[in-house]
Amino acid sequence: MTAAPTSFLEQIREEARQRFSELGYPTTHDEDWRFTSVAPISRTNFEPSGAGTLPAAASKAASGVQISRLSEANVEPYLARYASYQSNAFVALNTANFEDGIFIHIARGAVIEHPIELVIQSSANGHPTASHPRILVVAEPDSQATIIETYSGSGGAYFTNAVTEIVAGDHAVIDHYKLQTESDLAFHVATLQVQLGRDTNFRSHSLSFGGALVRNDINAVLSQGCECTLNGLYLVSGEQHIDNHTSIDHAKPHAASHELYKGILQGHSTAVFNGKILVRKDAQKTDAKQTNKNLVLSEDAVINTKPELQILADDVRCTHGATIGQLDPEAIFYLQSRGIGLADARNLLILAFARDIVDRIKVAPLREQLEQILLEKLHGTSN
Amino acid sequence: MSLLEIKNLHANVAGREILKGIDLSINAGEVHAIMGPNGSGKSTLAQVLSGRDLYQVTAGEVVYDGKDLLAMSPEDRAREGIFMAFQYPVEIPGVSNLYFLKAALNAVRKHQGLSDLDAMDFLALVKERMALMEMDQSLLNRAVNTGFSGGEKKRNEIFQMAVLEPKLAILDETDSGLDIDALKIVASGVNALRDPQRAMIVVTHYQRLLNYIVPDFVHVLAEGRIVKSGGKELALELEESGYVGIEEVVENA
Repeated sequence: MTAAPTSFLEQIREEARQRFSELGYPTTHDEDWRFTSVAPISRTNFEPSGAGTLPAAASKAASGVQISRLSEANVEPYLARYASYQSNAFVALNTANFEDGIFIHIARGAVIEHPIELVIQSSANGHPTASHPRILVVAEPDSQATIIETYSGSGGAYFTNAVTEIVAGDHAVIDHYKLQTESDLAFHVATLQVQLGRDTNFRSHSLSFGGALVRNDINAVLSQGCECTLNGLYLVSGEQHIDNHTSIDHAKPHAASHELYKGILQGHSTAVFNGKILVRKDAQKTDAKQTNKNLVLSEDAVINTKPELQILADDVRCTHGATIGQLDPEAIFYLQSRGIGLADARNLLILAFARDIVDRIKVAPLREQLEQILLEKLHGTSN
Repeated sequence: MSLLEIKNLHANVAGREILKGIDLSINAGEVHAIMGPNGSGKSTLAQVLSGRDLYQVTAGEVVYDGKDLLAMSPEDRAREGIFMAFQYPVEIPGVSNLYFLKAALNAVRKHQGLSDLDAMDFLALVKERMALMEMDQSLLNRAVNTGFSGGEKKRNEIFQMAVLEPKLAILDETDSGLDIDALKIVASGVNALRDPQRAMIVVTHYQRLLNYIVPDFVHVLAEGRIVKSGGKELALELEESGYVGIEEVVENA
């Protein structure tokens, strides 16, 4: 029997489709989804959004960068090799359904000064729509680049299910920013899968503000001598739910990971932070630090925070800590006693809480945009 | 009319009465020292005047500059020209001293119907007032009081006062925890701010500070009442006899 030759993309789509039909949507019986019910997603009948993502300003790309559609490039060595559609249902759903995606290739030794920004906008007109943005970044050895993903949308309920794979060659330096300001009714699920070569320096900044139901998974696999920084900031209010799951796999020795996630919860919002750190047997001299701090501004807001450390090597340094706190009334009074009004005093202290994450953003326009978003969010809600 | 008129002021903290009928009248240009043993209510009086909500006023009235002070929010009191130098200045990580001062000064100016000070003028003002307090300019870019030494914190309080130029300054045990050199710097900063338009209340446990900030009046507080008032020589008297004589006055009252 001779089967018609199928393209690589068709093949993985078909495999992913089958795998999703086996896995189905996760339920709260799955440990990784214990605090996040995706029932609102699974019971909605989404239509494909139709509009495929287009390479953003591909023509203006600097030398050393190539931006193309996934279907136009030879992505077989990389695509779907890292983000597992075998184990993660949403990755399978994305892999089966992505409308075509973007491939960013950074040439060996290229230093790309200007950030590469990918703007993903959704709009739901009348009926719920789903889109499955897919991004593949391959940074060859010794390259340096900054990638910004921004997600926003308008209209009624829609579902964005994004997967980004980043493959960084030896000595590459990659900064990744994700700014998520989806509409209030949106469902947003995203996986960032990062494969780091030797002595790479990778920094992720996950900034989440929008969406009714949001789940971010960041999975990083480290090689020898890597430095991996995961920064996160989330601000939720009303009935918003956000779940940040991170996983750092120290597979090889002498790598360092620093993780700082900060959350601000208002109203009836709920948040989940789950930070997994795996230090494999070979990964001696690992230095891993994880911190999750939450500012809970309402009695009705709920945070579930959980470190998950699995350490199989014996000569390592791993620390973790989580805090849940309120605004300091002494500090509020101090500011008031200098003439600063109560609402301004509270906002000043909330921004101060977020300050170190904001200051770590090296792209000035993005940092200013973030400050603006924070101010708007704080002024738009009381408590 | 006096700048501050306190009549029969009673105040509680956590249901316990601390101030049991304070009467005090202060005119612009005067410096009043309030002395007394620990637990006499000195700091409570300072906190009540600045609007701290831990304290409940149960009776009495306070008229400041012709207005009902007790009806005002803490921020409005500050905007109307009241400044309290904290006994324990609060650390505020993530907010730079400079940003904080600018927000404070502009809030006060707005209340006075003035526009925001532009960046250049603000910086010039700040640098001039810092020199007065012999403060290192690097403190401007550090977070408010965060990691400051005890002396730096107290100097920072008087520096803020110098920038905000209040009508009524309340110094709550500003001398506590200061060595003699820091005390002299703080006192000379305070003296430089003495002005016929400005009144000061200096709350202290020890007479030592009053060697450097010489008051016009001294009041002795014991068990929530002013039991003795006099000129600056009263402080010296207390220095010699301690508060022992005062406690007898209370018992016989």
